Amino acid sequence: MKAKLSINIGKLKLKNPVMAASGTFGYAEEFSGFMDLKKLGAVVSKTITLRPRQGNPPPRTCETPAGMLNSIGLENPGLDAFINCKLPVLVKTGVPVIVSIASESGWPEFVELAGCLDKLKEVAAIEINISCPNIRSTKHKAQSVKLISQDPKATYEVVKAVRRATAKTLITKLSPNVTDITEMAMAAERAGSDAVSLINTVTGMSVDVATRQPKIACVTGGLSGPAIRPIAVRMVWEVYRKIKIPIIGMGGIMDTASALEFFMAGASAISIGTANFINPRAAAEIITGLERFLIKNKIKDIRQLIGSVKSEN
Amino acid sequence: MKEKVFQESIKIIAKENLGADYFKLSLSSPKISHSAKPGQFVELRVSDANIPLLRRPLGVHRVEGNTFEVLCEIVGKGTELLSKKEPGDFLDVIGPLGNGFDCDLPSAARQLPILVAGGMGVAPLIFLAEKLAERKTKNSKFKIKVLIGAKTKSHILCEKEFKKLGCKVKIATDDGSRGFRGKATDLLKKELSTVSCQLATVYTCGPQAMLKAVAKLSGAHNLPAQVSLEAHMSCGFGACLGCVVDTKDGYKRVCKEGPVFWADDIIWG
Ligand SMILES: Cc1cc2nc3c(=O)[nH]c(=O)nc-3n(C[C@H](O)[C@H](O)[C@H](O)COP(=O)(O)OP(=O)(O)OC[C@H]3O[C@@H](n4cnc5c(N)ncnc54)[C@H](O)[C@@H]3O)c2cc1C
Ligand SMILES: Cc1cc2nc3c(=O)[nH]c(=O)nc-3n(C[C@H](O)[C@H](O)[C@H](O)COP(=O)(O)O)c2cc1C
Ligand code: FES
Repeated sequence: MKAKLSINIGKLKLKNPVMAASGTFGYAEEFSGFMDLKKLGAVVSKTITLRPRQGNPPPRTCETPAGMLNSIGLENPGLDAFINCKLPVLVKTGVPVIVSIASESGWPEFVELAGCLDKLKEVAAIEINISCPNIRSTKHKAQSVKLISQDPKATYEVVKAVRRATAKTLITKLSPNVTDITEMAMAAERAGSDAVSLINTVTGMSVDVATRQPKIACVTGGLSGPAIRPIAVRMVWEVYRKIKIPIIGMGGIMDTASALEFFMAGASAISIGTANFINPRAAAEIITGLERFLIKNKIKDIRQLIGSVKSEN
Repeated sequence: MKEKVFQESIKIIAKENLGADYFKLSLSSPKISHSAKPGQFVELRVSDANIPLLRRPLGVHRVEGNTFEVLCEIVGKGTELLSKKEPGDFLDVIGPLGNGFDCDLPSAARQLPILVAGGMGVAPLIFLAEKLAERKTKNSKFKIKVLIGAKTKSHILCEKEFKKLGCKVKIATDDGSRGFRGKATDLLKKELSTVSCQLATVYTCGPQAMLKAVAKLSGAHNLPAQVSLEAHMSCGFGACLGCVVDTKDGYKRVCKEGPVFWADDIIWG
């Protein structure tokens, strides 16, 4: 028996539903020695901005119980250098490249970025990151800045504007740092997003009690890893019952079992993030693991698993 | 040139407790042993569980045939778990990683390497001394000086090993229980005031404050210095952008462009 792993996200056809999450896979070349990159369903680039960003001051990461905090601050070479130097490297993987974009200045920058990427055949899809907790300037470091993905109206406006700028598959990446994530997912769907990605990191903080210093220079950062998995699974389940477009689920997926949780809660595809740092072969192992699970349980198509959790309500 | 990195399950061949929370593991890996260079490091998984989650970076201490050694100080949960491993156990290891020391300086011009080690900083410097010692020819004046700083006399590591390689070793302890009472940087200051040091190259590894002091001293004497930096590493192989240090060319990844940098490229905060 053979199990079918392929899945469609908008116009994008993926041979399997496992991708590498934005910001956790370098520019893919860092992983070429560990795994056959061609196995992946897709790669998502580090989030790109129009201008280069040097990112936040160090220390940028620390470990927390079953997780880690990061405040990288979207360090990236800017759109032009990305297209010239990094995109060709990502394309060499031989799998669809999803380019993640963010704006430092409001939605017109999103539109400009999407417009430029729309012309490139190497770009398989665009993910708009409206949920990065690390993009405020360090001047206001302790001050939390409202994210686009914390406001359904702003989410709708940005997605709508970007939708007009590109015919490519459009994915909206949502933040868990909200009261009701379904509102944001519905706004993205109404505005024409082809899919939603969730979750980005959960805002967190950690203190070194010996020095009374925050463990990362920006004081607060984004929590990722197994520690956030139950939050992510819950949000996928909530969103699944409110929208029709596919969900790309992520948050603490470490292995096949945790990947399956996301499909059962309602994800059509998954992204592997922090796990790449601990086991750089994680994505490849999960792809093999999913196929084995399907065959063992006589399930013909992974789509049969989506939303299959046996919950009453 | 693209260097090869390996991820392997590696057997612990031997373990030695060195007192004062220090221990040494010998690990069997032909691939890593044959490709490792002084100053490079490996990333070890200390547990299969999710706590601690991340790998732990340790410098390659020595290489002998198909095995390599790591020297480790217990400072927290991860290193504590590692210290409980026994010969016969397997460890998931990634390596060799990073850019090590540049050992290929024109030997005719630079006859005097000075190695400055603070605490656990001796770990990668033995491997470096071995490589540098290979350059010594019969009638050259080549002599490696090693300056070791430690908390007390029981914290001094690798003194014998350096001496066996023909290095001239000087020691400083914080409490004066052995050698000079003070820091390794005090030894360096004295060393650099002698005329014979005009052609020295400085190599150093240890706590951040010491590295900064060594960089400053070397700079004041116009001597090239290579420093091995530490940073919190989430991946160790260039993927997360978490481990950056500020340099004259902007942020650089300690795990990839480093851990060894030229001291005058670093912006010492
Ligand atoms: C390139 C490099 C080479 C190193 N070589 C050696 C060596 O040869 N011998 C040796 O004893 N130690 C070495 N260290 C330090 C060693 O990695 C840390 O002591 C160890 O990770 C601490 O883990 P822990 O769980 O015991 O301590 P924790 O309680 O987690 O932390 C104690 C301290 O170690 C730091 N630390 C924790 N996790 C990491 C991590 N993933 N990356 C970097 N720092 C971390 C913390 O910031 C903290 O300051 C090296 C570090 C680097 C970056
Ligand atoms: C170091 C690091 C950098 C990240 N950078 C980005 C980024 O640039 N853009 C983005 O959309 N998400 C970024 N993320 C979030 C991840 O893509 C993912 O949504 C999140 O980490 C949850 O998944 P995980 O628990 O599997 O890591 C980053 C996460 C980490 C840990
Ligand atoms: S530790 Fe991840 S880039 Fe250096």
